[in-house]
Amino acid sequence: MGCIESLKYEIILRDASFTECRDYIRSSCREYVDVDPGFKIFDKHIIGVPPISIGFEGDVIIFPFTKPCYGTFLMRIEDHDEAERIRKSASRKKK
Amino acid sequence: MTNEQVHKEKSAVLVLGCPQVPVQTGIALYLISALRKKGVRTVIAGNRAARTLVEVSDPERHYVGEVMDIDRYIGEIAETKRAFDYHFIFIHNDAGVSYAATVQAITGKTVVALIYGEHFQEIAGMITFPCEKIAAKAVHNPMPLKNKLDEVLPWVVSNL
Repeated sequence: MGCIESLKYEIILRDASFTECRDYIRSSCREYVDVDPGFKIFDKHIIGVPPISIGFEGDVIIFPFTKPCYGTFLMRIEDHDEAERIRKSASRKKK
Repeated sequence: MTNEQVHKEKSAVLVLGCPQVPVQTGIALYLISALRKKGVRTVIAGNRAARTLVEVSDPERHYVGEVMDIDRYIGEIAETKRAFDYHFIFIHNDAGVSYAATVQAITGKTVVALIYGEHFQEIAGMITFPCEKIAAKAVHNPMPLKNKLDEVLPWVVSNL
């Protein structure tokens, strides 16, 4: 997972589909943004079928992370600066 | 126009998925051979296991040229450091669909999805973005997918 692997993360869903991750974020997070594939999060280009939803719980970021052999993980990572950067740079805000 | 511009070599990237379905490596080498005959230079992008299988299968590098990590490939096309004429995405699971959608969204090009495995129809049905689908129920026997590829590849190389 590169630099994401070195962060303190929590896995919410394992071997999920991209639609399961999007549905979880949209139904569970009071705040979320939609981004396009290739959007950078923790210095990695996000993989997925657009629109890709990224959720927030304060400084906690909830986002899908896809690996070829392991499918998609839905992850939680707390990072104030990255959460603020995503909020500012994501084009479409929801809720 | 210079002679070099007239004969500019086209390039294709083969984006390999998890190599858990046996046909992937054989079809990748077959596709490299077929594209080379059409004058297309190929690059392989994949995770370590997928790349290693291809490299071990062609130790003298008769077919395999440049090989790169799949994350580096995504990064380089996203940051427009690299561009390819054709993107062939090997898909047998949900993650493969996500990679294909990502490549299509980043490049704006019609990608070529090679869909195989036990659940190929279900996987093909998940693809709703612009895409040329080549799909067959191929798990251990590569022939159904090879035959589909033979039918479609001349059109793909001429039209995409």
